[in-house]
Amino acid sequence: MTMLGDRQQLAYIASQAADARVNVELETEGMTLNIGPQHPATHGTLRIIARLDGEQVVWAEPSCGYMHRGYEKLAEVRTFPQVTALVNRIDWLGSFANEVPFILAAEELMGIEAPPRAQWIRTILFELSRIANVSLFLGDLGVQLGAITPVFFAFRDREYVLNLIEGATGGRFHPNFDRIGGLKDDLPAGFIDETRVVMRKMRKFCDEIEGLLFGNEIFEARTRGIGVIPRDLALQYGLSGANLRGSGVDWDLRRDQKLPMAWDKVDWKVWTHPDGDSYARCWIRLQEVRESTLIVEKLLDSLPSGPVMAKVPRIIKVPEGEAWVSTENPLGEMGYYVVSKGELGPFRVKIRSASFNNISIVPWLLKGVYVPDIITILASLYFILGDIDR
Amino acid sequence: MSSLAEITVALGDAVEDSFEKGSDDDVDTWVRVKTSAWRDAASTLREKLDYDYFCFLSAIDWLPSPYGRGEEDPTAERAAIDSTIRQGYTGGATRMQVFARLVNHRTHHGVTLKADVPDDSLTIDSWVGVFAGANWHERETHEMFGISFAGHPDLRNMYLPTDFEGHPLRKDFPLLARIVKPWPGIVDVEPLPGGSDEEGEAE
Repeated sequence: MTMLGDRQQLAYIASQAADARVNVELETEGMTLNIGPQHPATHGTLRIIARLDGEQVVWAEPSCGYMHRGYEKLAEVRTFPQVTALVNRIDWLGSFANEVPFILAAEELMGIEAPPRAQWIRTILFELSRIANVSLFLGDLGVQLGAITPVFFAFRDREYVLNLIEGATGGRFHPNFDRIGGLKDDLPAGFIDETRVVMRKMRKFCDEIEGLLFGNEIFEARTRGIGVIPRDLALQYGLSGANLRGSGVDWDLRRDQKLPMAWDKVDWKVWTHPDGDSYARCWIRLQEVRESTLIVEKLLDSLPSGPVMAKVPRIIKVPEGEAWVSTENPLGEMGYYVVSKGELGPFRVKIRSASFNNISIVPWLLKGVYVPDIITILASLYFILGDIDR
Repeated sequence: MSSLAEITVALGDAVEDSFEKGSDDDVDTWVRVKTSAWRDAASTLREKLDYDYFCFLSAIDWLPSPYGRGEEDPTAERAAIDSTIRQGYTGGATRMQVFARLVNHRTHHGVTLKADVPDDSLTIDSWVGVFAGANWHERETHEMFGISFAGHPDLRNMYLPTDFEGHPLRKDFPLLARIVKPWPGIVDVEPLPGGSDEEGEAE
């Protein structure tokens, strides 16, 4: 409650007291509301069971598993290079970013490192997936709160980024482009100039969304002070990405972790917000898209030349050992705990996906909120079903 | 004092074994604690050393899969599979191990905690009282490995139907798709025709 101003706090207490009085007078009966699994506002097959008292949620519980595909089991019968095709489909809006931590974990176990140019291109494609992913979030956010226009802008402008990813990798959604030791191919001709143009377009898109949504009074009323996550609870639940930074924790794995990637080669800023409410989370994502476009431009300026593939045996056997590698994906911390027994494939892969942790706070967070705020809170936590169920 | 030394001192005789990997500023730490100290280890690290970020909790089944990698011809006689259990970093004595990762969000140092789960009872203390976020992770581990967490409020299935039998991530749970039909992906690792570069290098 420390995030609210005095006046807000008083208003909050007054409204709670009024509700309590009404409930005592009317003796309201509880009702169970089932949201999903098929519901336009849940973008995926997440089902929320909420018990209501009037308009207020007394108890809520998400029910997952409508999309569980068992990637941890499947990975145990694949070879290392084959696993990337699976993990691509975890967070399908930013697929390339899913491949990177797994490949880095395998490289760590093998003791090899991708050549500088490959590291740069990896980082560029990683940031492009973030832009594609989060720009869709920004549009979707509008739809969920009742504004139709932003989503058209988002789908229109995301297409430019997807075209870039397709141009470089051959796949719009499932690039499967990262290889142990480097990348499948170098960048195509014209990619750099085209990317600069698109990055400028994306910054314009951010300005448009900022004007449409973040300056909008209704949007502020629907998101300010809604779904406040205190800082230590965010850490306890293992929230990550914008959800954690929205609660005032200055932590970004791109900056705070040593990885053979190119983020530490350029200057950029980690955005945080002290409020911890839905508005803070959305605002941070908007800033991060902007920041990502700048990162991409700076990386293009300093793109080194050279090969994109290290010397790697054609039949990849990963030495015995265990490795944990995580990266700051569009949705938050995505990591793989890879156990190898020196065979062609992994012995065990634990996939730590961001949305699973981010959504696990929902039962706590939905207690006491009003029905329309369920949608705001779910939208602002931003999850992707494939990333919860894996 | 290095992070591992700090952890060893704080946890005292709960530590069974530890392991460290990496260079000075980028070190990753593994610590295996006694089964009985699993919960206390988490709260000690959280209270005393500020490992306040809960990353994940899961389990490993160290039994080598009796079904191999599912790449053999199913009609052929099955080759004998060595079923000796070998644990990974920091060793261990049981087939099942739980492991979890905690991070200090100020120093960004992470530690992977492991603990043996007794083969007969398959029960270990729950972390829910220490890290509220462990709730879902323990539910997932419970349904996938059949490990019970003492003190967990509600070990319902997360993904599987309530009456599902078996624990899919155990190694002796067959992946039926692979048994019915051999995996065609095996052709990927056959040597290219016309080349004897079995151990050859990529260009």
